[in-house]
Amino acid sequence: MTTAMTTAAGTAAPAKPATMAQALRRALRDAMADDPAVHVLGEDVGTLGGVFRITDGLAAEFGDDRCTDTPLAEAGILGAAVGMAMYGLRPVVEMQFDAFAYPAFEQLFSHVARMRNRTRGAMPLPITVRVPYGGGIGGVEHHSDSSEAYYMATPGLQVVTPATVDDAYGLLRAAIASDDPVVFLEPKRLYWSKADWSPDAPAAVAPLGRAAVRRRGSSATLITYGPSVPVCLEAAEAATAEGWDLEVVDLRSLVPFDDETVCASVRRTGRAVVVHEATGFGGPGGEIAARVTERCFHHLEAPVLRVTGFDIPYPPPMLERHHLPGVDRVLDAVARLQWEAAN
Amino acid sequence: MRKSSSTTVQELPGSAAYRPTPPPAWRPRTDPAPLLPDPEPFRVLGTAAAAAADPELLLTLYTQLVRGRRYNTQATALTKQGRLAVYPSSTGQEACEVAAALVLREQDWLFPSYRDTLAAVARGLDPVQALTLLRGDWHTGYDPYEHRIAPLCTPLATQLPHAVGLAHAARLKGDDVVALALVGDGGTSEGDFHEALNFAAVWRAPVVFLVQNNGFAISVPLAKQTAAPSLAHKAVGYGMPGRLVDGNDAPAVHQVLSEAVERARSGGGPTLVEAVTYRMDAHTNADDATRYRGDADVETWREHDPILLLERELTARGLLDDGHRRTVADGAEEMAALLRERMNADPVLDPMDLFAEVYAERTGQLGEQADLLRAELAAEAPEATGDPGAGAGGPRGDEGDAR
Repeated sequence: MTTAMTTAAGTAAPAKPATMAQALRRALRDAMADDPAVHVLGEDVGTLGGVFRITDGLAAEFGDDRCTDTPLAEAGILGAAVGMAMYGLRPVVEMQFDAFAYPAFEQLFSHVARMRNRTRGAMPLPITVRVPYGGGIGGVEHHSDSSEAYYMATPGLQVVTPATVDDAYGLLRAAIASDDPVVFLEPKRLYWSKADWSPDAPAAVAPLGRAAVRRRGSSATLITYGPSVPVCLEAAEAATAEGWDLEVVDLRSLVPFDDETVCASVRRTGRAVVVHEATGFGGPGGEIAARVTERCFHHLEAPVLRVTGFDIPYPPPMLERHHLPGVDRVLDAVARLQWEAAN
Repeated sequence: MRKSSSTTVQELPGSAAYRPTPPPAWRPRTDPAPLLPDPEPFRVLGTAAAAAADPELLLTLYTQLVRGRRYNTQATALTKQGRLAVYPSSTGQEACEVAAALVLREQDWLFPSYRDTLAAVARGLDPVQALTLLRGDWHTGYDPYEHRIAPLCTPLATQLPHAVGLAHAARLKGDDVVALALVGDGGTSEGDFHEALNFAAVWRAPVVFLVQNNGFAISVPLAKQTAAPSLAHKAVGYGMPGRLVDGNDAPAVHQVLSEAVERARSGGGPTLVEAVTYRMDAHTNADDATRYRGDADVETWREHDPILLLERELTARGLLDDGHRRTVADGAEEMAALLRERMNADPVLDPMDLFAEVYAERTGQLGEQADLLRAELAAEAPEATGDPGAGAGGPRGDEGDAR
């Protein structure tokens, strides 16, 4: 997985292995250093440095007023961030765990997402909501949800998730710089994935809304994001043994959605599988499959398939491996694209 | 002989006797006594303090109350004419609305709920802009920065954490800014009320919370809303002072809010003020108040009308004669006539505005939908309005080849 995650980083300074967690921390640090309006707030983000240590050292460097331990109350954290953004700050909120964000949903849906629209642009809210999400780390209940469909279904929010160390830095910088709210989904199980990445020459700030082709291929397109990107890359490598040459598209941004990159790939390969951890029914894959079908129907050799988590509440850790889409399930779907029949 | 369990020293086999150590000393973090509200709401009118009240302030309050009442009756009439989709009247609560506007300085911020149109107007907002939400042409009809009035908030209590965050941010920047947030009695049951008050107290944010306890959350009376001694008593649990005031006594509300605002401004932290008042009209024009309250209650409160109370005081002190009363009433009538006239004009709306401010930069997806609507409008009327923000979906647009 580590090798597959390596991308071409800017290498002016000697690159050395860095984790996604380190890149995220560096992105926060650089954003705070560049712009005094950037404030980090959340439960445990100060002295402890966050339960995943993403905010480690920020309070020491920038002070409690810039990196603030708040009372334990997600609606209060995000609601206060709304007021701070109204007054010209750029708050970066940490939700600690995916399912802990639910108490803040009213603030997110009723205010954060629509303040620009409701005020005809007079009051945009440049808030970044960091949500560690997804499973695979053996977390107990409420620590492994993939809630991206809720966010995607809310107009006014941008929804972003990195899969590489480079993107962790570049997309988080872009999210903080954005004048609109961004739900920044951090795949927990990739926090410790490594890549050759130099904090002295981090990758450029990535534009939001652009997908990346992680692997070129001609047989079929795997459309995926976040924690499922390494799974798909591994599946693509394994598939070569069967003579399949799979393309892997990492969406990076769920909203806005990069129809252009996705559809260009599917038109070239003629087949597509959407892969994600979130539940399938009403999940992101349904929207993606529909978009692809609407735009690429005459290029498709097979229906767009989905490989997703089951439509169940997130399972207990000892069973989660059965729920999470793995390499085999991806390969089975690729086989169901009627590969032999079409060739 | 049996000993009581609390004094039993248990001999554990093979170990020395267990002797409980005394717990560390406990003491309250904050002395609760100064935070507690007085048992009776604070009043000025009808007390000795009224004689000392500043005549100019009383007359200003009176003028604003009369205008406010007229504004409420006019807006209610506009719902009957179909000019407003809905109007949550603040008739009976005008003293709270007016005082909230008058105690703030220009740089301060007001965070109104959906019932507080009048507070926004009393702060200087154009009445037509204030009614845009309720007419239905846009959600916020004004620039919040022009008068420092946050958008009228429809979800309950969710504007309170905004007020805290804004006040906190202003203090971090070193600015002299106080935020005053309005909420109803029903709103105090919401989680955001709790979280906002807790954040405000912990951060010592320069914010004042004014609860207008008007007796009902739509139909649910206060007794079914809370078991607290008063809503002001809730303050002590957060470590901030709670103040109870007669919400129909305009100079009293003005004084209590002024003190709370001054306390916030000078770094003393937040205050929770409960104004005890009564909603004379139904919740909105869509509500039938006779289903949940009797006429007797309403009549009792009619005797305690905020305008009536102040008028008596002004008249008794010789500060108000018939001529002055008529001047004030004529001014209010003029305001109402102008409002009526302006609200009778149909607003001109551009449907393409639907896509104008969803994101700073229009997404490809919205670009495609804007194209669809533009085509529909063009089919309706060839000279249909343009769309300055359009770009045919922009560079991200993808026409596809399936069409």
